[in-house]
Amino acid sequence: MAGRVLADRATVPTGIDWPRALKESGLAAFVAFVLFLPLIGMQTVGIEGGLGLRYRMDWVLIGTAAVFVGRLALAAGRTVGLEGIGAALAPAARAQALIAPYGKFLAIAGVAFAFALPFMPFANRYVVDIGTTVLIYVMLGWGLNIVVGLAGLLDLGYVAFYAVGAYSFALFAQWFELGFWVSLPIAGALAALFGILLGFPVLRLRGDYLAIVTLGFGEIVRIILLNWYAVTNGPNGISAIPRPSFFGMAFDRSPPEGETAFHEFFGLSYSSLHRVAFLYFLILFLALITNAFVLRIRKLPIGRAWEALREDEIACRALGINPTSTKLTAFALGAMFGGFAGSFFATRQGFISPESFTFIESALVLAIVVLGGMGSQIGVVFAAMVLVLLPEFGREFEQYRMLLFGAAMVMIMVWRPRGLFAHREPTIRLHGRAPIDAGGPERP
Amino acid sequence: MLYFMQQLINGVTLGAMYGLIAIGYSMVYGIIGMINFAHGEIYMIGAFLSIISFTLLGMLGITWVPLALLIVLLIAMAFTSMYGWTVERLAYRPLRGSFRLAPLISAIGMSIFLQNYVQLTQGANVKPLRPVVIGGFVFGDPGGFTVTISYVQIIIILLTLILMIAFSYLIGRTPLGRAQRACQQDLLMAGLCGVNVDRTISLTFVMGAALAAVAGVMATLYYGVIDFFIGFLAGIKAFTAAVLGGIGSIPGAMLGGLTLGMVEAFWSGYFSIEYKDVASFSILVLVLIFLPTGLLGRPEIEKV
Repeated sequence: MAGRVLADRATVPTGIDWPRALKESGLAAFVAFVLFLPLIGMQTVGIEGGLGLRYRMDWVLIGTAAVFVGRLALAAGRTVGLEGIGAALAPAARAQALIAPYGKFLAIAGVAFAFALPFMPFANRYVVDIGTTVLIYVMLGWGLNIVVGLAGLLDLGYVAFYAVGAYSFALFAQWFELGFWVSLPIAGALAALFGILLGFPVLRLRGDYLAIVTLGFGEIVRIILLNWYAVTNGPNGISAIPRPSFFGMAFDRSPPEGETAFHEFFGLSYSSLHRVAFLYFLILFLALITNAFVLRIRKLPIGRAWEALREDEIACRALGINPTSTKLTAFALGAMFGGFAGSFFATRQGFISPESFTFIESALVLAIVVLGGMGSQIGVVFAAMVLVLLPEFGREFEQYRMLLFGAAMVMIMVWRPRGLFAHREPTIRLHGRAPIDAGGPERP
Repeated sequence: MLYFMQQLINGVTLGAMYGLIAIGYSMVYGIIGMINFAHGEIYMIGAFLSIISFTLLGMLGITWVPLALLIVLLIAMAFTSMYGWTVERLAYRPLRGSFRLAPLISAIGMSIFLQNYVQLTQGANVKPLRPVVIGGFVFGDPGGFTVTISYVQIIIILLTLILMIAFSYLIGRTPLGRAQRACQQDLLMAGLCGVNVDRTISLTFVMGAALAAVAGVMATLYYGVIDFFIGFLAGIKAFTAAVLGGIGSIPGAMLGGLTLGMVEAFWSGYFSIEYKDVASFSILVLVLIFLPTGLLGRPEIEKV
C-alpha cells in the first residue's frame, strides 16, 4: 500500500493537472447528465386516462453538478498522491491497527455496555427495542459470517434459514403447543437440515453459481410460504405466537391460575418493560453464544479447513480436505444460527408473515457482513449498528437506506475489498510467522 | 390441442424476452467470467425508459404506431446502453483482478442501488401504460376455445428474430465480434495480440444492455404495467436461461430462454400458476447439478 502510494507520487508531477482533471470531470458530468435526463428529469405520474410527465430539470442539473465536483475532487485527490477515497478510508484502517492490541478489552467493554444498556438512565422501551433489533442483525451477521467470511461461500438466500427457524417455532407452538425453549433447538436443527438439503447438491458448484442457486432457494422458500395456505396461512401469516418465559414464569400482568408471573416471583411491580428487557437479554445471550462458537471453531481443524478452502480450493483438495463435506458443515452451521435467530424473531414479534423474509433481508445481512469485513466479528457489530440505526435518524434516511447500502457495497469492493474491518489473516500461524499474502494483492 | 397451441405461443413470446436478457448474462460471463447481477435492473431501466418515451411521444403527438415504436426502441436502447456502460466502468472495471467474489458482491450492490434509484426517482407504484398495439389474430371456432396471437406477440417474435440475425452477423463477421470472441478465449492473449480489451468489454456491456432494453420495451408492450421491482425476477430467470443454454454461448442463451419460457407457460397452463417461479428456480438447480455445462456450453476446467 505504502509502496504504491510512493510510486504514484513518483510518476505524477506535483500539483494538479488541471486540463486533464477538467476534461475527465466534464466527461463524467456529461455522462451523468445523459443518465439523469430521462429517469430523474422526467417522472411518470398517473393522470386521468393514463400517464403524464413531471419535469424536474433542476434535479438533473444539481446531480450533474455534483458528479462534476465529485469527479474533480477525486482527480485532485489522486494527483496529490492519495488513492481516491480509499485513502480517506485509510484512517479507519490505521485506527484499526491502533486498537488491535486492545481488541480484547474493547470487546469486553462492548459486551459490558451491551449488558448494562437496559439499566442505563436513558434506556427506555424504544432504546431497548432498537438494541434488540441490532442484536438480531448482529447474530444473523455472525451466522452468515461462518458461510461467507470463513468458508468463502456467497450465500444470497440466508433469509430462507431465518424463515425456516421462525416458521418452525410458530408452527410447533400452534400445533403441538411447544414452548420457545423446547422449540429453539428443534428449529435450529431443522434450519441446519435445510442447509444440508440445499447444500448437498449445490456445494460442488463454482462460487458464483452457488450464489445464484441460494438466491433461487430463498425465493422458493418464500413462495412456498406464501402459497401453502393449509400450513402457513399464506400471506396472512401466523399470529398469536407465544412469548418466551423466564424459567416457566410468564411476563403477564395476571398469569393463569396456579402459575407465578415474573414480577410476582421477584416481588416487583408489573411493568411491560420487563418483557422487552428480557427479550433483549435473550438475544444478547444467543448472539454471544454464536460469537463464542465462531471464535472457538475457528481454532479447530474444521475452522482452519474453512479458511484454507476460502483461500485456495485446489490446494486444499491436494492436501486431502474433502471440500464438499467441509463446505457443508459451514453451510449447516450458518443455517442453524439463522434458524435460532428466526425463532427469536418469531417470539419477539408474535406475528410472522412471508413479507419479513424477502431477498432484501438477505441482502441486508450480506451487506452487514461485507461492509464489516468478511470474517471480522467486531466489524459485523459496527456494520449492523450503522445499518439498523441509520434509518432511525429520520424518514429521509429510511428512504435512502437501501440506495446508500447498494452504493456502499460497490465502493467498499472498489476501494477496500476486505471490508472496513478486514480480517483475512489466518487465525492460526505456523511458528508465529506472518502469512505470505496477508494484505497483499489477491490472486484472481 | 388448441389450448396447447395457445400455451406454445405464450411460451415462445415469454422465451423471446428471457432469451434477449439472457444474452447479456452469457456474453459478460463468457468474457470476464462474472455474473452481472445488475443486468436484470438494466432491463428494468429499459422498461422505464420505454414507458417514459411512450408518454413523451404521446404528448408530442406522434401516435403512428410503427414510428412511435421505432423511436421508443432507439431511445430505450441508447440510454440503457449508457447505463450498462457506466455500470461496468464504475463497479466492475476497477475490480478486475480482485478476489473471486468481489465483482459479484459489487454487482449485487449495484443492483440494489439501481433498484432504489429508480424507485426514488420514478416512484414506487406500478406504472400502467395505455395499450399501444391492440388486437390480434384469432383462430378456432367462435363460441368454442380460441387461440389468440396478438399483434404484440407477433412484434415480439419478429423483433427477436431480426435482432438475433443482426447479432449473429455482428459476432460472426465484424471486427468487433472477432475481438469479442478472442477475449472470450483468452483475455490476456487477446490483449497481447492488439485487441483493445477494455473497449471490447465495455462494448459487450453496451450490447447486452441494448438487448435488455429491447426486452424491456417488449415487456412494457406485452404486460402494460411495470414497476421498479420487475428486474429482480426477470434477471434470475434470464440467468437461469443462460445457464440452461450453456453460459457463454449466445445461441445457447436464446435456446435456454425459449425452453424456460415454454416450461413456464406450460406449467402455468397445466399445473399451477402460483408455483411457476418455483418451477423455473428448480430448473436452475437441476440443470446446475446434472448438466452444469448447459445445453450448448463447453465444460470449464479449473486450473491452478
